[in-house]
Amino acid sequence: METYSLLRQFADSWMLLFLFVFFAGVVLWAFRPGASQYYEDTASIPFRNTEKPGAVQAGQPETRT
Amino acid sequence: MSNYLKLAGFGVLTIFFMIAASYARDLAYQFHAGILMCVAGGLFLYTLRNTDEPAVVVDRSAYLDSVVRAGVIATAFWGVTGFLVGTFIAFQLAFPGLNFDWSEGLANFGRLRPLHTSAVIFAFGGNALIATSFYVVQRTSAARLWGGNLAWFVFWGYQLFIVLAATGYLLGGTQSKEYAEPEWYIDLWLTVVWLAYLAVFLGTIVRRKERHIYVANWFYLAFIVTVALLHVVNNLTIPVSIWGSKSVIVWPGVQDAMVQWWYGHNAVGFFLTAGFLGMMYYFIPKQAGRPVYSYKLSIIHFWALIFLYIWAGPHHLHYTALPDWASTLGMVFSIVLWMPSWGGMINGLMTLSGAWDKLRTDPVLRMLVISVGFYGMSTFEGPVMSIRAVNALSHYTDWTIGHVHSGALGWNGMITFGCLYFLTPVLWKRERLYSLSLVSWHFWLATIGIVLYAASMWVTGIMEGLMWREVDANGFLVWSFADTVAAKLPMYVMRGAGGVLYLFGSLVMCYNLWMTVRRAPAKEASLNVAVPAE
Repeated sequence: METYSLLRQFADSWMLLFLFVFFAGVVLWAFRPGASQYYEDTASIPFRNTEKPGAVQAGQPETRT
Repeated sequence: MSNYLKLAGFGVLTIFFMIAASYARDLAYQFHAGILMCVAGGLFLYTLRNTDEPAVVVDRSAYLDSVVRAGVIATAFWGVTGFLVGTFIAFQLAFPGLNFDWSEGLANFGRLRPLHTSAVIFAFGGNALIATSFYVVQRTSAARLWGGNLAWFVFWGYQLFIVLAATGYLLGGTQSKEYAEPEWYIDLWLTVVWLAYLAVFLGTIVRRKERHIYVANWFYLAFIVTVALLHVVNNLTIPVSIWGSKSVIVWPGVQDAMVQWWYGHNAVGFFLTAGFLGMMYYFIPKQAGRPVYSYKLSIIHFWALIFLYIWAGPHHLHYTALPDWASTLGMVFSIVLWMPSWGGMINGLMTLSGAWDKLRTDPVLRMLVISVGFYGMSTFEGPVMSIRAVNALSHYTDWTIGHVHSGALGWNGMITFGCLYFLTPVLWKRERLYSLSLVSWHFWLATIGIVLYAASMWVTGIMEGLMWREVDANGFLVWSFADTVAAKLPMYVMRGAGGVLYLFGSLVMCYNLWMTVRRAPAKEASLNVAVPAE
Protein backbone atom coordinates (compact mmCIF):
# COMPACT_ATOMS: atom_id res chain seq x y z
CA MET A 1 0.00 0.00 0.00
CA GLU A 2 1.32 3.46 -0.75
CA THR A 3 2.36 5.60 2.18
CA TYR A 4 -0.46 8.11 1.83
CA SER A 5 -3.25 5.53 1.95
CA LEU A 6 -1.57 3.66 4.78
CA LEU A 7 -1.16 6.78 6.90
CA ARG A 8 -4.62 7.99 6.00
CA GLN A 9 -6.19 4.70 7.05
CA PHE A 10 -4.21 4.66 10.28
CA ALA A 11 -5.09 8.28 11.02
CA ASP A 12 -8.83 7.85 10.78
CA SER A 13 -8.97 4.56 12.65
CA TRP A 14 -6.48 3.73 15.39
CA MET A 15 -5.02 7.19 15.83
CA LEU A 16 -8.47 8.75 16.00
CA LEU A 17 -9.50 6.17 18.59
CA PHE A 18 -6.33 6.74 20.59
CA LEU A 19 -6.71 10.52 20.65
CA PHE A 20 -10.37 10.27 21.58
CA VAL A 21 -9.77 7.78 24.40
CA PHE A 22 -6.82 9.82 25.67
CA PHE A 23 -8.97 12.95 25.79
CA ALA A 24 -11.88 11.17 27.46
CA GLY A 25 -9.37 9.77 29.95
CA VAL A 26 -8.10 13.26 30.76
CA VAL A 27 -11.62 14.47 31.47
CA LEU A 28 -12.39 11.48 33.68
CA TRP A 29 -9.02 11.91 35.43
CA ALA A 30 -9.82 15.51 36.27
CA PHE A 31 -13.02 14.37 37.98
CA ARG A 32 -11.51 11.44 39.87
CA PRO A 33 -12.49 11.06 43.55
CA GLY A 34 -10.41 13.30 45.78
CA ALA A 35 -9.43 15.59 42.92
CA SER A 36 -11.18 18.65 44.31
CA GLN A 37 -9.12 18.73 47.46
CA TYR A 38 -5.89 18.14 45.58
CA TYR A 39 -6.63 20.83 43.02
CA GLU A 40 -7.58 23.30 45.71
CA ASP A 41 -4.01 23.12 46.93
CA THR A 42 -2.65 23.23 43.38
CA ALA A 43 -4.70 26.28 42.48
CA SER A 44 -3.08 28.21 45.33
CA ILE A 45 0.46 27.69 43.97
CA PRO A 46 0.66 31.29 42.63
CA PHE A 47 0.18 32.59 46.16
CA ARG A 48 3.30 31.05 47.70
CA ASN A 49 7.02 31.29 47.06
CA THR A 50 6.64 34.71 45.46
CA GLU A 51 9.81 36.22 46.95
CA LYS A 52 12.34 33.41 47.06
CA PRO A 53 12.74 29.86 45.79
CA GLY A 54 11.43 27.64 48.52
CA ALA A 55 10.92 24.11 49.62
CA VAL A 56 7.17 24.28 49.96
CA GLN A 57 5.53 21.06 48.90
CA ALA A 58 1.95 20.58 48.01
CA GLY A 59 -0.11 20.11 51.17
CA GLN A 60 2.26 21.99 53.45
CA PRO A 61 1.11 25.22 55.04
CA GLU A 62 2.13 28.21 52.98
CA THR A 63 4.47 30.89 54.21
CA ARG A 64 3.71 34.51 53.72
CA THR A 65 6.20 37.29 54.10
CA MET B 1 40.01 28.48 30.09
CA SER B 2 36.50 28.56 28.67
CA ASN B 3 37.01 32.24 27.93
CA TYR B 4 39.96 31.41 25.66
CA LEU B 5 37.76 28.99 23.72
CA LYS B 6 35.07 31.64 23.51
CA LEU B 7 37.59 34.20 22.27
CA ALA B 8 38.75 31.82 19.55
CA GLY B 9 35.15 31.09 18.60
CA PHE B 10 34.11 34.75 18.40
CA GLY B 11 37.28 35.56 16.45
CA VAL B 12 36.56 32.85 13.88
CA LEU B 13 32.93 33.94 13.63
CA THR B 14 33.92 37.57 13.08
CA ILE B 15 36.20 36.59 10.21
CA PHE B 16 33.56 34.24 8.79
CA PHE B 17 30.97 37.02 8.73
CA MET B 18 33.51 39.36 7.12
CA ILE B 19 33.95 36.81 4.34
CA ALA B 20 30.18 36.34 4.12
CA ALA B 21 29.68 40.10 3.79
CA SER B 22 32.13 40.25 0.92
CA TYR B 23 30.73 37.20 -0.91
CA ALA B 24 27.12 38.25 -0.30
CA ARG B 25 24.78 37.81 -3.25
CA ASP B 26 22.12 40.23 -2.05
CA LEU B 27 21.80 43.35 0.02
CA ALA B 28 19.82 41.86 2.95
CA TYR B 29 22.38 39.08 3.39
CA GLN B 30 25.28 41.51 3.17
CA PHE B 31 23.75 43.83 5.72
CA HIS B 32 23.07 40.91 8.08
CA ALA B 33 26.60 39.61 7.69
CA GLY B 34 27.71 43.10 8.71
CA ILE B 35 25.45 43.10 11.78
CA LEU B 36 26.61 39.62 12.79
CA MET B 37 30.24 40.61 12.26
CA CYS B 38 29.76 43.55 14.63
CA VAL B 39 27.95 41.36 17.19
CA ALA B 40 30.64 38.66 17.09
CA GLY B 41 33.40 41.28 17.20
CA GLY B 42 31.69 43.06 20.08
CA LEU B 43 31.35 39.82 22.01
CA PHE B 44 35.04 39.13 21.35
CA LEU B 45 36.01 42.45 22.93
CA TYR B 46 33.53 41.96 25.79
CA THR B 47 34.93 38.51 26.56
CA LEU B 48 38.48 39.80 26.27
CA ARG B 49 37.85 42.55 28.82
CA ASN B 50 36.33 40.06 31.26
CA THR B 51 39.00 37.40 30.89
CA ASP B 52 41.10 36.69 33.99
CA GLU B 53 38.95 39.08 36.01
CA PRO B 54 37.53 37.86 39.33
CA ALA B 55 34.28 35.99 38.74
CA VAL B 56 31.08 37.76 39.71
CA VAL B 57 29.35 36.07 42.62
CA VAL B 58 25.74 35.18 41.88
CA ASP B 59 23.20 34.61 44.62
CA ARG B 60 21.74 31.27 43.59
CA SER B 61 19.19 31.25 46.39
CA ALA B 62 17.17 34.02 44.73
CA TYR B 63 15.03 34.09 41.63
CA LEU B 64 16.72 35.21 38.43
CA ASP B 65 14.70 38.37 37.86
CA SER B 66 17.16 40.60 36.01
CA VAL B 67 16.36 38.85 32.73
CA VAL B 68 12.64 39.34 33.39
CA ARG B 69 13.26 43.06 33.98
CA ALA B 70 15.07 43.24 30.66
CA GLY B 71 12.13 41.44 29.09
CA VAL B 72 9.68 43.99 30.49
CA ILE B 73 11.71 46.84 28.97
CA ALA B 74 12.03 45.03 25.63
CA THR B 75 8.30 44.27 25.55
CA ALA B 76 7.38 47.92 26.10
CA PHE B 77 9.96 49.11 23.56
CA TRP B 78 8.98 46.69 20.78
CA GLY B 79 5.31 47.25 21.53
CA VAL B 80 5.55 50.98 20.89
CA THR B 81 7.69 50.35 17.79
CA GLY B 82 5.23 47.84 16.38
CA PHE B 83 2.19 50.03 17.09
CA LEU B 84 3.94 53.02 15.51
CA VAL B 85 4.73 51.12 12.31
CA GLY B 86 1.20 49.70 12.27
CA THR B 87 -0.38 53.15 12.61
CA PHE B 88 1.86 54.50 9.87
CA ILE B 89 1.00 51.74 7.40
CA ALA B 90 -2.70 52.19 8.24
CA PHE B 91 -2.35 55.77 7.01
CA GLN B 92 -0.31 54.58 4.03
CA LEU B 93 -3.34 52.56 2.99
CA ALA B 94 -5.64 55.54 3.49
CA PHE B 95 -3.27 58.03 1.84
CA PRO B 96 -0.98 56.29 -0.66
CA GLY B 97 1.10 59.46 -0.90
CA LEU B 98 2.77 58.36 2.32
CA ASN B 99 4.64 55.77 0.25
CA PHE B 100 7.27 58.44 -0.40
CA ASP B 101 9.35 58.33 -3.55
CA TRP B 102 12.57 58.74 -1.60
CA SER B 103 11.83 55.74 0.59
CA GLU B 104 10.68 53.47 -2.24
CA GLY B 105 12.04 49.97 -1.75
CA LEU B 106 12.67 50.57 1.95
CA ALA B 107 9.61 51.98 3.65
CA ASN B 108 6.72 51.44 1.27
CA PHE B 109 3.71 49.47 2.50
CA GLY B 110 4.94 46.12 1.20
CA ARG B 111 8.20 46.41 3.13
CA LEU B 112 6.72 47.82 6.32
CA ARG B 113 3.77 45.47 6.63
CA PRO B 114 5.76 42.35 7.61
CA LEU B 115 7.85 44.60 9.86
CA HIS B 116 4.65 45.60 11.67
CA THR B 117 3.27 42.06 12.00
CA SER B 118 6.56 40.59 13.18
CA ALA B 119 7.22 43.50 15.52
CA VAL B 120 3.91 43.16 17.30
CA ILE B 121 3.60 39.36 17.26
CA PHE B 122 7.16 38.19 17.71
CA ALA B 123 8.93 41.18 19.22
CA PHE B 124 6.18 42.55 21.51
CA GLY B 125 4.26 39.31 22.06
CA GLY B 126 7.35 37.09 22.04
CA ASN B 127 9.24 39.19 24.58
CA ALA B 128 6.11 39.35 26.75
CA LEU B 129 5.84 35.56 26.59
CA ILE B 130 9.51 34.95 27.35
CA ALA B 131 9.58 37.46 30.21
CA THR B 132 6.35 36.34 31.85
CA SER B 133 7.13 32.66 31.37
CA PHE B 134 10.49 33.12 33.11
CA TYR B 135 8.74 34.95 35.92
CA VAL B 136 5.86 32.51 36.27
CA VAL B 137 7.83 29.28 35.97
CA GLN B 138 10.16 30.35 38.78
CA ARG B 139 7.36 31.32 41.16
CA THR B 140 5.13 28.36 40.46
CA SER B 141 8.03 25.90 40.58
CA ALA B 142 9.62 27.59 43.61
CA ALA B 143 12.95 27.21 41.80
CA ARG B 144 15.52 29.52 40.23
CA LEU B 145 15.77 29.46 36.44
CA TRP B 146 17.82 26.53 35.25
CA GLY B 147 20.96 27.00 33.19
CA GLY B 148 22.54 30.13 34.70
CA ASN B 149 23.16 32.64 31.94
CA LEU B 150 21.36 30.55 29.34
CA ALA B 151 18.27 32.66 30.08
CA TRP B 152 20.30 35.73 29.06
CA PHE B 153 21.35 33.95 25.90
CA VAL B 154 17.68 33.37 25.13
CA PHE B 155 16.87 37.03 25.73
CA TRP B 156 19.69 38.54 23.66
CA GLY B 157 19.51 35.80 21.02
CA TYR B 158 15.83 36.59 20.56
CA GLN B 159 16.53 40.33 20.23
CA LEU B 160 19.15 39.53 17.58
CA PHE B 161 16.56 37.44 15.75
CA ILE B 162 14.15 40.38 15.82
CA VAL B 163 16.73 42.85 14.53
CA LEU B 164 17.80 40.49 11.73
CA ALA B 165 14.21 39.78 10.73
CA ALA B 166 13.13 43.44 10.82
CA THR B 167 16.09 44.83 8.89
CA GLY B 168 15.78 41.97 6.42
CA TYR B 169 12.19 42.91 5.56
CA LEU B 170 13.15 46.52 4.89
CA LEU B 171 15.91 45.40 2.52
CA GLY B 172 13.67 42.87 0.76
CA GLY B 173 14.91 39.72 2.48
CA THR B 174 11.69 37.74 2.88
CA GLN B 175 10.53 34.27 1.94
CA SER B 176 6.96 35.61 1.63
CA LYS B 177 5.33 33.19 4.06
CA GLU B 178 2.97 35.05 6.34
CA TYR B 179 4.31 35.36 9.91
CA ALA B 180 7.30 33.25 8.76
CA GLU B 181 9.00 35.80 6.54
CA PRO B 182 12.60 35.56 7.85
CA GLU B 183 15.10 33.88 5.56
CA TRP B 184 16.76 30.53 6.19
CA TYR B 185 19.77 31.66 8.23
CA ILE B 186 17.54 33.70 10.56
CA ASP B 187 15.27 30.66 10.91
CA LEU B 188 18.26 28.54 11.90
CA TRP B 189 19.30 31.09 14.51
CA LEU B 190 15.77 31.23 15.93
CA THR B 191 15.78 27.43 16.18
CA VAL B 192 18.95 27.56 18.30
CA VAL B 193 17.51 30.28 20.55
CA TRP B 194 14.20 28.48 20.86
CA LEU B 195 15.79 25.18 21.89
CA ALA B 196 17.76 27.06 24.54
CA TYR B 197 14.46 28.60 25.71
CA LEU B 198 12.91 25.13 25.91
CA ALA B 199 15.92 23.89 27.89
CA VAL B 200 15.71 26.76 30.40
CA PHE B 201 11.98 26.31 30.85
CA LEU B 202 12.01 22.52 31.11
CA GLY B 203 15.10 22.57 33.33
CA THR B 204 13.31 24.87 35.76
CA ILE B 205 10.23 22.66 35.77
CA VAL B 206 12.38 19.60 36.45
CA ARG B 207 13.95 21.40 39.42
CA ARG B 208 10.58 22.42 40.84
CA LYS B 209 9.81 22.12 44.52
CA GLU B 210 6.06 21.96 43.99
CA ARG B 211 4.67 18.51 43.32
CA HIS B 212 2.24 19.61 40.67
CA ILE B 213 3.13 21.59 37.54
CA TYR B 214 0.85 24.62 37.70
CA VAL B 215 -1.51 24.97 34.73
CA ALA B 216 0.10 28.18 33.46
CA ASN B 217 3.30 26.22 32.87
CA TRP B 218 1.41 23.61 30.86
CA PHE B 219 0.23 26.31 28.52
CA TYR B 220 3.67 27.92 28.28
CA LEU B 221 5.27 24.55 27.62
CA ALA B 222 2.74 23.67 24.92
CA PHE B 223 3.48 27.05 23.33
CA ILE B 224 7.26 26.52 23.36
CA VAL B 225 7.18 22.92 22.10
CA THR B 226 4.57 23.51 19.40
CA VAL B 227 6.19 26.67 18.10
CA ALA B 228 9.48 24.79 17.79
CA LEU B 229 7.74 22.09 15.77
CA LEU B 230 5.80 24.53 13.59
CA HIS B 231 8.81 26.71 12.94
CA VAL B 232 11.08 23.85 11.91
CA VAL B 233 8.57 22.14 9.62
CA ASN B 234 7.39 25.32 7.93
CA ASN B 235 10.96 26.41 7.23
CA LEU B 236 12.36 23.21 5.74
CA THR B 237 14.10 25.01 2.93
CA ILE B 238 17.27 24.43 0.96
CA PRO B 239 19.41 27.55 0.53
CA VAL B 240 20.44 28.33 -3.04
CA SER B 241 23.83 29.38 -1.71
CA ILE B 242 25.24 29.83 1.76
CA TRP B 243 26.26 33.34 0.65
CA GLY B 244 22.72 34.46 -0.18
CA SER B 245 19.35 34.76 1.51
CA LYS B 246 17.28 32.95 -1.12
CA SER B 247 16.14 29.41 -0.32
CA VAL B 248 13.66 26.95 -1.78
CA ILE B 249 11.01 25.06 0.21
CA VAL B 250 11.12 21.25 -0.03
CA TRP B 251 7.43 20.77 -0.80
CA PRO B 252 5.74 22.27 -3.81
CA GLY B 253 2.38 23.90 -4.42
CA VAL B 254 -0.63 23.09 -2.31
CA GLN B 255 1.37 21.06 0.21
CA ASP B 256 3.44 24.14 0.88
CA ALA B 257 0.28 26.22 1.25
CA MET B 258 -1.17 23.69 3.69
CA VAL B 259 2.02 23.53 5.75
CA GLN B 260 2.18 27.32 5.77
CA TRP B 261 -1.35 27.66 7.14
CA TRP B 262 -0.93 24.77 9.52
CA TYR B 263 1.96 26.89 10.77
CA GLY B 264 0.09 30.19 10.43
CA HIS B 265 -3.01 29.20 12.31
CA ASN B 266 -1.08 27.48 15.05
CA ALA B 267 1.09 30.54 15.38
CA VAL B 268 -2.22 32.09 16.41
CA GLY B 269 -3.29 29.03 18.39
CA PHE B 270 -0.11 28.38 20.28
CA PHE B 271 1.92 31.59 20.19
CA LEU B 272 -0.91 34.09 20.61
CA THR B 273 -3.36 31.86 22.47
CA ALA B 274 -1.76 29.06 24.49
CA GLY B 275 1.18 31.16 25.66
CA PHE B 276 -1.04 34.09 26.59
CA LEU B 277 -3.45 31.75 28.38
CA GLY B 278 -0.44 30.86 30.52
CA MET B 279 -0.31 34.55 31.45
CA MET B 280 -4.03 34.57 32.13
CA TYR B 281 -3.85 31.60 34.49
CA TYR B 282 -1.15 33.23 36.58
CA PHE B 283 -1.70 36.97 36.49
CA ILE B 284 -5.50 37.13 36.78
CA PRO B 285 -5.54 35.03 39.98
CA LYS B 286 -2.63 37.11 41.31
CA GLN B 287 -4.21 40.47 40.55
CA ALA B 288 -7.65 39.36 41.78
CA GLY B 289 -6.12 37.74 44.86
CA ARG B 290 -8.15 34.59 44.29
CA PRO B 291 -7.26 31.17 42.92
CA VAL B 292 -8.51 30.24 39.48
CA TYR B 293 -12.26 29.56 39.33
CA SER B 294 -12.01 25.87 38.49
CA TYR B 295 -8.75 24.01 38.29
CA LYS B 296 -10.49 21.00 36.78
CA LEU B 297 -11.86 23.18 34.01
CA SER B 298 -8.35 24.50 33.37
CA ILE B 299 -7.08 20.96 32.81
CA ILE B 300 -9.88 20.16 30.39
CA HIS B 301 -9.39 23.57 28.77
CA PHE B 302 -5.73 22.79 28.19
CA TRP B 303 -6.14 19.37 26.62
CA ALA B 304 -9.15 20.37 24.53
CA LEU B 305 -7.37 23.43 23.18
CA ILE B 306 -4.21 21.49 22.35
CA PHE B 307 -6.13 18.66 20.68
CA LEU B 308 -8.32 20.91 18.55
CA TYR B 309 -6.24 23.90 17.51
CA ILE B 310 -3.69 21.90 15.57
CA TRP B 311 -6.36 20.87 13.00
CA ALA B 312 -7.90 24.27 12.31
CA GLY B 313 -5.35 25.55 9.76
CA PRO B 314 -7.06 24.44 6.51
CA HIS B 315 -9.86 26.99 7.03
CA HIS B 316 -7.41 29.53 5.62
CA LEU B 317 -7.58 27.69 2.29
CA HIS B 318 -11.28 27.46 1.47
CA TYR B 319 -12.02 27.47 -2.26
CA THR B 320 -8.41 26.77 -3.23
CA ALA B 321 -6.58 23.76 -4.69
CA LEU B 322 -6.75 22.16 -1.23
CA PRO B 323 -9.05 19.09 -1.25
CA ASP B 324 -12.54 19.76 0.11
CA TRP B 325 -12.22 17.14 2.84
CA ALA B 326 -9.22 18.96 4.26
CA SER B 327 -10.87 22.37 4.36
CA THR B 328 -14.04 20.81 5.82
CA LEU B 329 -11.91 19.21 8.51
CA GLY B 330 -10.37 22.58 9.32
CA MET B 331 -13.80 24.20 9.42
CA VAL B 332 -15.31 21.56 11.72
CA PHE B 333 -12.43 21.71 14.16
CA SER B 334 -12.57 25.50 14.16
CA ILE B 335 -16.20 25.36 15.20
CA VAL B 336 -15.55 22.75 17.88
CA LEU B 337 -12.86 25.13 19.19
CA TRP B 338 -15.66 27.31 20.52
CA MET B 339 -15.95 24.97 23.47
CA PRO B 340 -12.43 25.16 24.91
CA SER B 341 -12.07 28.84 24.00
CA TRP B 342 -15.19 29.80 25.86
CA GLY B 343 -14.43 27.33 28.63
CA GLY B 344 -11.15 29.14 29.14
CA MET B 345 -12.76 32.54 28.96
CA ILE B 346 -15.36 31.55 31.55
CA ASN B 347 -12.62 30.18 33.78
CA GLY B 348 -10.71 33.45 33.56
CA LEU B 349 -13.74 35.66 34.13
CA MET B 350 -15.28 33.59 36.91
CA THR B 351 -11.99 33.80 38.81
CA LEU B 352 -13.35 37.19 39.78
CA SER B 353 -16.51 35.78 41.31
CA GLY B 354 -16.73 37.26 44.76
CA ALA B 355 -14.21 39.92 43.80
CA TRP B 356 -16.08 41.79 41.07
CA ASP B 357 -15.99 44.92 43.19
CA LYS B 358 -12.24 45.11 42.55
CA LEU B 359 -12.98 46.08 38.96
CA ARG B 360 -14.24 49.39 40.25
CA THR B 361 -11.01 50.26 42.01
CA ASP B 362 -8.30 48.36 40.15
CA PRO B 363 -7.72 49.44 36.52
CA VAL B 364 -5.01 46.79 36.08
CA LEU B 365 -7.49 44.04 36.83
CA ARG B 366 -9.95 45.78 34.50
CA MET B 367 -7.36 45.56 31.76
CA LEU B 368 -6.79 41.85 32.36
CA VAL B 369 -10.51 41.18 32.39
CA ILE B 370 -11.29 43.10 29.21
CA SER B 371 -8.52 41.16 27.49
CA VAL B 372 -10.33 37.94 28.36
CA GLY B 373 -13.52 39.53 27.08
CA PHE B 374 -11.83 40.29 23.75
CA TYR B 375 -10.50 36.72 23.73
CA GLY B 376 -14.05 35.48 23.98
CA MET B 377 -15.23 37.82 21.24
CA SER B 378 -12.53 37.02 18.74
CA THR B 379 -12.72 33.27 19.40
CA PHE B 380 -16.44 33.56 18.70
CA GLU B 381 -15.87 35.50 15.50
CA GLY B 382 -13.09 33.22 14.24
CA PRO B 383 -15.14 30.01 14.00
CA VAL B 384 -17.95 31.96 12.31
CA MET B 385 -15.49 33.19 9.69
CA SER B 386 -14.12 29.67 9.19
CA ILE B 387 -17.51 28.44 7.95
CA ARG B 388 -17.18 28.09 4.20
CA ALA B 389 -20.24 30.16 3.32
CA VAL B 390 -19.18 33.03 5.59
CA ASN B 391 -15.61 32.72 4.40
CA ALA B 392 -16.79 33.21 0.81
CA LEU B 393 -17.77 36.71 1.88
CA SER B 394 -15.07 37.48 4.43
CA HIS B 395 -11.93 36.03 2.88
CA TYR B 396 -9.45 38.49 1.34
CA THR B 397 -11.43 41.40 2.81
CA ASP B 398 -10.63 43.73 5.69
CA TRP B 399 -12.98 41.75 7.92
CA THR B 400 -10.08 39.35 8.42
CA ILE B 401 -7.80 42.23 9.39
CA GLY B 402 -10.42 43.46 11.85
CA HIS B 403 -10.76 39.99 13.35
CA VAL B 404 -7.02 39.61 13.78
CA HIS B 405 -6.75 43.01 15.45
CA SER B 406 -9.62 42.52 17.87
CA GLY B 407 -7.72 39.44 19.01
CA ALA B 408 -4.24 40.94 18.87
CA LEU B 409 -4.97 44.42 20.27
CA GLY B 410 -7.74 43.29 22.61
CA TRP B 411 -6.57 39.95 23.91
CA ASN B 412 -2.79 39.87 23.46
CA GLY B 413 -2.19 43.58 23.86
CA MET B 414 -4.41 44.21 26.87
CA ILE B 415 -3.27 41.15 28.81
CA THR B 416 0.36 42.08 28.14
CA PHE B 417 -0.25 45.63 29.39
CA GLY B 418 -1.89 44.18 32.50
CA CYS B 419 1.13 41.92 33.07
CA LEU B 420 3.56 44.82 32.62
CA TYR B 421 1.60 46.87 35.16
CA PHE B 422 1.73 43.91 37.53
CA LEU B 423 5.40 43.11 36.98
CA THR B 424 7.01 46.56 37.05
CA PRO B 425 6.35 47.39 40.74
CA VAL B 426 7.20 43.82 41.75
CA LEU B 427 10.44 43.56 39.78
CA TRP B 428 11.74 47.01 40.70
CA LYS B 429 10.58 46.56 44.30
CA ARG B 430 8.15 49.46 44.33
CA GLU B 431 5.23 49.80 46.68
CA ARG B 432 2.77 50.50 43.87
CA LEU B 433 2.39 51.91 40.38
CA TYR B 434 3.17 55.61 39.88
CA SER B 435 -0.38 56.46 38.85
CA LEU B 436 -3.54 54.40 38.67
CA SER B 437 -5.43 57.15 36.87
CA LEU B 438 -2.90 56.95 34.03
CA VAL B 439 -3.67 53.22 33.86
CA SER B 440 -7.33 54.17 33.51
CA TRP B 441 -6.41 56.58 30.72
CA HIS B 442 -4.49 53.84 28.98
CA PHE B 443 -7.40 51.46 29.42
CA TRP B 444 -9.88 53.81 27.77
CA LEU B 445 -7.55 55.00 25.02
CA ALA B 446 -6.78 51.40 24.07
CA THR B 447 -10.38 50.22 24.33
CA ILE B 448 -11.78 53.06 22.22
CA GLY B 449 -8.93 52.53 19.76
CA ILE B 450 -9.84 48.87 19.37
CA VAL B 451 -13.53 49.64 18.98
CA LEU B 452 -12.79 52.17 16.22
CA TYR B 453 -10.47 49.68 14.55
CA ALA B 454 -12.72 46.64 14.70
CA ALA B 455 -15.94 48.49 13.82
CA SER B 456 -14.45 50.23 10.78
CA MET B 457 -12.93 46.96 9.54
CA TRP B 458 -16.25 45.12 9.89
CA VAL B 459 -17.99 47.79 7.85
CA THR B 460 -15.34 48.05 5.18
CA GLY B 461 -14.75 44.31 5.02
CA ILE B 462 -18.37 43.34 4.54
CA MET B 463 -18.91 46.23 2.14
CA GLU B 464 -15.90 45.16 0.12
CA GLY B 465 -16.99 41.51 0.07
CA LEU B 466 -20.48 42.46 -1.10
CA MET B 467 -19.13 44.79 -3.78
CA TRP B 468 -16.78 42.13 -5.15
CA ARG B 469 -19.56 39.61 -5.63
CA GLU B 470 -22.32 41.93 -6.91
CA VAL B 471 -23.38 41.18 -10.48
CA ASP B 472 -25.93 42.95 -12.63
CA ALA B 473 -28.88 41.42 -14.53
CA ASN B 474 -26.57 40.35 -17.37
CA GLY B 475 -24.12 38.64 -15.05
CA PHE B 476 -21.41 41.30 -15.25
CA LEU B 477 -19.55 42.49 -12.18
CA VAL B 478 -20.93 45.82 -11.01
CA TRP B 479 -17.81 47.20 -9.34
CA SER B 480 -14.18 47.37 -10.33
CA PHE B 481 -11.51 46.81 -7.70
CA ALA B 482 -10.66 50.52 -7.68
CA ASP B 483 -14.31 51.30 -6.78
CA THR B 484 -13.95 49.28 -3.57
CA VAL B 485 -10.70 51.03 -2.76
CA ALA B 486 -12.31 54.44 -3.16
CA ALA B 487 -15.32 53.42 -1.05
CA LYS B 488 -13.09 52.33 1.81
CA LEU B 489 -11.36 55.66 2.45
CA PRO B 490 -13.49 56.90 5.39
CA MET B 491 -13.17 53.56 7.19
CA TYR B 492 -9.43 53.51 6.58
CA VAL B 493 -9.06 56.94 8.14
CA MET B 494 -11.12 55.82 11.12
CA ARG B 495 -8.98 52.70 11.48
CA GLY B 496 -5.87 54.87 11.47
CA ALA B 497 -7.45 57.06 14.18
CA GLY B 498 -8.05 53.94 16.28
CA GLY B 499 -4.40 53.05 15.84
CA VAL B 500 -3.34 56.51 17.00
CA LEU B 501 -5.38 56.13 20.19
CA TYR B 502 -3.92 52.69 20.86
CA LEU B 503 -0.38 53.93 20.23
CA PHE B 504 -0.95 56.94 22.46
CA GLY B 505 -2.25 54.65 25.22
CA SER B 506 0.92 52.58 25.04
CA LEU B 507 3.03 55.74 25.35
CA VAL B 508 1.04 56.67 28.47
CA MET B 509 1.88 53.21 29.80
CA CYS B 510 5.60 53.66 29.10
CA TYR B 511 5.58 57.00 30.94
CA ASN B 512 3.73 55.44 33.86
CA LEU B 513 6.11 52.45 34.07
CA TRP B 514 9.14 54.74 33.82
CA MET B 515 7.84 56.96 36.60
CA THR B 516 7.01 53.88 38.67
CA VAL B 517 10.67 52.92 38.60
CA ARG B 518 11.89 56.49 39.15
CA ARG B 519 9.34 57.97 41.52
CA ALA B 520 7.01 55.47 43.14
CA PRO B 521 7.85 54.77 46.78
CA ALA B 522 10.20 51.84 47.25
CA LYS B 523 8.93 48.82 49.04
CA GLU B 524 9.81 48.97 52.72
CA ALA B 525 12.90 47.05 53.58
CA SER B 526 11.08 44.82 56.03
CA LEU B 527 9.05 43.38 53.19
CA ASN B 528 12.16 42.42 51.30
CA VAL B 529 13.51 40.24 54.06
CA ALA B 530 12.60 36.76 53.02
CA VAL B 531 11.27 34.41 55.61
CA PRO B 532 12.70 30.91 55.33
CA ALA B 533 10.16 28.58 53.85
CA GLU B 534 10.58 25.87 56.44
